[in-house]
Amino acid sequence: MGKEAVFGIAGLRKSFGSIEVLGGVGLALHSGEVTILMGANGAGKSTLVKVVSGVYGLDAGTMTLEGKPFDPQTPAEAIRAGVVTVHQNINDGVVAALDVATNLTLDRLNGAGASFFFNPRRIRREAKEVAERMGLTIDLGAKIPDLSLADRQMVAIARAMAHQPKVLILDEPTSSLSSAEANRLFTLIDRLKAQGVAILYITHRMSDIRRLADRIVSLRDGVIAGTFDDKPLDYEGAVNAMLGRKVGIGQVAIREAGKEVFSADGLRIANAAKPFSLALGDGEVVAITGLVGVGKTALAETLFGLRKPLEGKMTLGGAAYAPASPRQAIDAGVFLVAKDRAESGIVPDFNIYENISLPFLDRISRLAISRRGAERRIARRQIGDLGIVCRTEKDDMSTLSGGNQQKVMVARWMPEQARLFVLDEPFQGVDIAARRDIAAKLRASAAGRATLIFVTELDEALETADRILVMSEHTIVGEHRNASLNMERLLAEIAGQPAQSAA
Amino acid sequence: MTTRDLAVRYGFLLLLAALVAYFAIAADGFASPQSAVFIFQSVAITGVLALGVTATLVVGGFDLSIGSVATTAMMAAAYVMVIFEQNALVAVAACLLIGVVVGLINGFLIVYMRVPDLLATLGMMFLLVGLQRIPTEGRSIATGMTMPDGSVAGGTFSPAFLALGRHRFDFFIPNLIPVSVVVLLVLAAAIWFFLEYTRFGRMMYAVGSNERAAQLAGAPVKAYKIWAYVISGIFASIGGILLAARLGRGDIASGNNLLLDSVAAALIGFAVLGAAKPNAFGTAVGALFVGILLQGLTMMNAPYYTQDFVKGIVLVVALVFTFALSNAGRR
Repeated sequence: MGKEAVFGIAGLRKSFGSIEVLGGVGLALHSGEVTILMGANGAGKSTLVKVVSGVYGLDAGTMTLEGKPFDPQTPAEAIRAGVVTVHQNINDGVVAALDVATNLTLDRLNGAGASFFFNPRRIRREAKEVAERMGLTIDLGAKIPDLSLADRQMVAIARAMAHQPKVLILDEPTSSLSSAEANRLFTLIDRLKAQGVAILYITHRMSDIRRLADRIVSLRDGVIAGTFDDKPLDYEGAVNAMLGRKVGIGQVAIREAGKEVFSADGLRIANAAKPFSLALGDGEVVAITGLVGVGKTALAETLFGLRKPLEGKMTLGGAAYAPASPRQAIDAGVFLVAKDRAESGIVPDFNIYENISLPFLDRISRLAISRRGAERRIARRQIGDLGIVCRTEKDDMSTLSGGNQQKVMVARWMPEQARLFVLDEPFQGVDIAARRDIAAKLRASAAGRATLIFVTELDEALETADRILVMSEHTIVGEHRNASLNMERLLAEIAGQPAQSAA
Repeated sequence: MTTRDLAVRYGFLLLLAALVAYFAIAADGFASPQSAVFIFQSVAITGVLALGVTATLVVGGFDLSIGSVATTAMMAAAYVMVIFEQNALVAVAACLLIGVVVGLINGFLIVYMRVPDLLATLGMMFLLVGLQRIPTEGRSIATGMTMPDGSVAGGTFSPAFLALGRHRFDFFIPNLIPVSVVVLLVLAAAIWFFLEYTRFGRMMYAVGSNERAAQLAGAPVKAYKIWAYVISGIFASIGGILLAARLGRGDIASGNNLLLDSVAAALIGFAVLGAAKPNAFGTAVGALFVGILLQGLTMMNAPYYTQDFVKGIVLVVALVFTFALSNAGRR
């Protein structure tokens, strides 16, 4: 690297309790350059951002800004020093009750030297300066709730830029923007680059990366797994480093699918996405993989009746299938283990057996009166089958480890025969042993239904599935049998390479 | 089980037992069937309302309109009998209908209009407090009252209706147990069974604990929430019927304390048996606890104006039990 880095990190470590999240991260940002930070869920991206922006202290390592040590104790200190972060949640960056002008100058209302009186005209004048410098064309008198997400994002960034930072960190800024809105953001970023700001841009979206990247850094398990700055940039290499394909994975014994259980024809699940088709057979385990935000959860929710497809038909067991609610999906034999068990799976006030009996309580009950004896018997069998580590079936969910909690989420659906069993990120926050148990159970019980799992981590797909489908930009772009598969092509498809092989 | 667990689980019941023992010794006549019945009678109406609000607490909501539903039902009962000259059955039906309708409206506002529960039911409370005064232009309703247009109302409170407030069943001692106490006990048993032993009750708890998980398990979450408010409305209107029957008139100024007392009972119920969540048994015990304390203190000549203060202390102590000592504090 010819130029001196404006911002540097070396040997950064951060642990929470006994879990090390960052294990010696080194990073250099140059002014006028966009550095892309990629990383799977749990790789440590947000922790890194929070350390740099002064939310967390660091355990070991150094940070330097323009050659001087940089160790912010609070977010405000980081901002004053010239390191400004725009967080992922757009609404954290703006105050909804105030208009655009006040938002743009909000930080001047605090701190030393701020006037006691609120002078709307001066605010408007200062806001105008900020807006002009940023090329912002939003009505300064507009209220935040009336703005589109993209405009709010612009305001949040412009507000950050009002500090004239040397380093700007953008955490997944396009995650809720349309492509047209994203383009406006990119124009703004080009402008900032020209002003000599060093930008750290965190994203999963390949289209963003192609458009903006001067350099790509892949973070995996709390360490930098690869830095890519040779032109042309090696996008596949970056994805590969981020997903960290390990050698010598326990190969699964591939099974052929039985007769077709589920099919989707011409399904379109997002605006401007290509329609795709999908067929799942009896007894097979199919994994759909792809980066975060490519529509995996949207597809899972479509299958479970939580959202309607924009186009296309689904058939289940030969009959048309168009569920309007989870209840209808369940009654048709489509079960879902939803993503993020804490938010959408676990009932915290319920113990293990009450959590397991939740979806089929009506079938266990007699004349609407619940039969706890039967519930506990079912739960005990599942605890044995899945190897859930607990004292009794009456334990609280909070006493279980993440892996065991996830096993309970799976166990919930096992007592009844599914026709299509969908699991969205079933291995998130699950230790390796529990992950193997769940995968083995899924494979062992696969006969009589089709099993579909959605995973971001490629390893998890390779370990579990008979067939692997690749999703990109809300459509399916590739299909592979999980035996002697073409890894180059698979990675290219995940990275969203111009797809010659689109299904 | 550690001492702390034991304290959380049985502490409140122990406190109740100690209280009873103390009053039995210190206050003459406290330990008598009549005194016990009086306590039950004094908490019957708030108890019924508290059981209703428990249903809304279970689904993670709240119902501030219960007090005004009860007084509206009371006024409606009086209006139906005194001015429309109808019988007791019609009056009771009218009250229950009001409870159902208000519950449906509350549920609709909260579920479909997405008004936060506290605000929706606060609005409903205001609306009902105002509404019940309109037909009589702000006057209380009594037999033989003068109407706004100068005529005299011809109807009376029917004896059958008044019996709801005044009849006493024989129980070992003749004329011991008032109807209101029987209603309280029956409703408490019914809602307790419903919440603990039916799948509907269980799903209501699931909705209150993690709405999204309940939805993804196939529960019709919106229906459960609306039903909770309907239950609350019905229970409150039953409370109103008992109130009207006890007073024998539609008293515009009564029922001021109903809301706070019943909410307090339901919240005290969190502490019973370390449940740390709304539950019917706890609510009933909570209502009794307040009743016993007030009865005992009254018999020991504590002045009436200290009552609210005492209730406040009990509530605060119960909430500390619930949130600081039990596991719920960690959530």
